[in-house]
Amino acid sequence: MIRVVLPQHLRTLAGVGAEIALEVPAPVTVGRVLDAIEECYPMLRGTVREYGTGQRRPFLRFFACEDDWSHAGMDAELPAGVAEGREPLLIIGAIAGG
Amino acid sequence: MSQVRVLVGTKKGAFVLTADGSRKSWTVSGPFFAGWEIYHVKGSAVDPNRIYASQSSGWFGQLIQRSDDGGATWTPVDNKFVYDGVPGTHQWYDGTPHPWEFKRVWHLEPSLTDAETVYAGVEDAALFKSTDGGASWSELAGLRGHGSGPHWQPGAGGMCLHTILLDPGNEQRMYIAISAAGTFRTDDGGQSWKPINKGLVSNFMPNPTAEVGHCVHHVAMHRARPEVLFMQKHWDVMRSDDAGENWREVSGNLPTDFGFAIDVHAHEPETLYVVPIKSDSEHFVPDGKLRVYRSRSGGNEWEPLTAGLPQKDCYVNVLRDAMAVDTLDDCGVYFGTSGGQVYASANAGDSWTPIVRDLPAVLSVEVQTLA
Repeated sequence: MIRVVLPQHLRTLAGVGAEIALEVPAPVTVGRVLDAIEECYPMLRGTVREYGTGQRRPFLRFFACEDDWSHAGMDAELPAGVAEGREPLLIIGAIAGG
Repeated sequence: MSQVRVLVGTKKGAFVLTADGSRKSWTVSGPFFAGWEIYHVKGSAVDPNRIYASQSSGWFGQLIQRSDDGGATWTPVDNKFVYDGVPGTHQWYDGTPHPWEFKRVWHLEPSLTDAETVYAGVEDAALFKSTDGGASWSELAGLRGHGSGPHWQPGAGGMCLHTILLDPGNEQRMYIAISAAGTFRTDDGGQSWKPINKGLVSNFMPNPTAEVGHCVHHVAMHRARPEVLFMQKHWDVMRSDDAGENWREVSGNLPTDFGFAIDVHAHEPETLYVVPIKSDSEHFVPDGKLRVYRSRSGGNEWEPLTAGLPQKDCYVNVLRDAMAVDTLDDCGVYFGTSGGQVYASANAGDSWTPIVRDLPAVLSVEVQTLA
């Protein structure tokens, strides 16, 4: 199972705790993880990646095994620690705004 | 006994304020969707328990929430607002072409005849429609496809479609307003649109009387007389007696004719309310005094309404969707401020009382009068 940590507002929206677990077919990429999130939690569609472009929303970042994967692209394979379920993929909201 | 439900959207959540028909003792529920910007919350006239809310965030984009129990519980519905076809371009602030990009929903207008049908006015300006209670949305692309679209330009708040008025006597007729394009009317249910801005004068434009480009802030009508429209433009309060074909200024003796909100008394079609704001560079009320102005003559002659409102050291704003009226006798008038106060008058504006003083900045106020 792939582990994902969502930002607080999306946990509230989806009615889940700090971490969710998802079945994601190999190869495990950010895009495939987001596909699985949107399949299991339809209310999160459009909140992490935009409908029109399919791209990450600018104020969100992806971290995997202490590395920033935000700019790696949706098709880049995530590190083994995430793919094997030892580490969560972190989706983090930028610390900005008021 | 009758009941009043006030739906308040704020910068950090939604609130539902309820009272019986005396409108003296209020219950405040919320925040709903805490931490999110709630641009608008509005209930269906067909089924008052059906309420739609626009929930958005700079981080997570746009959501639409729906309640089927009068705002007690909510369910997210579809949030996929995708422009029809190739979006094309409008003018950017510097006059260069800029692609149409969806940003948020400013206004939700439930149908007057079908609880499942609701319209959404969005930024960048376009009109969407759902006929399944928000489960799916499609654009009424005839508006954006009007030949003037490439010349529309954003106002300071963005290029938003913020006003949707449905004609109670003619399902095919709607009015919408866009900052800064102007006002448009359809007579065929949204398939085709006509700019209705003749008589508007906007001195910031190269051609101050151009067909489009005007920064219309809000438009209001009385249900019994839908061909008569009242407009708060960026500057100027305007009136049309022919469904928007021609406009004339009715600012009269207002201390300033800049403002955002405008509304019409529920039972007196010639009684109007505005909240004059000092200027477009100082978005607060003049002289530190919060004054609603009422005209009982359809404009031109205005009287300040101050009883119960702060008359010193007050520097709030009242936004375009933040004023509403109920349909009780006497007519109730409500508005919310950038300071988080929601004021109510149970006597058509003669005196005011704050329902609540310390909400987040208020973006919108709507009222439901319940049997």
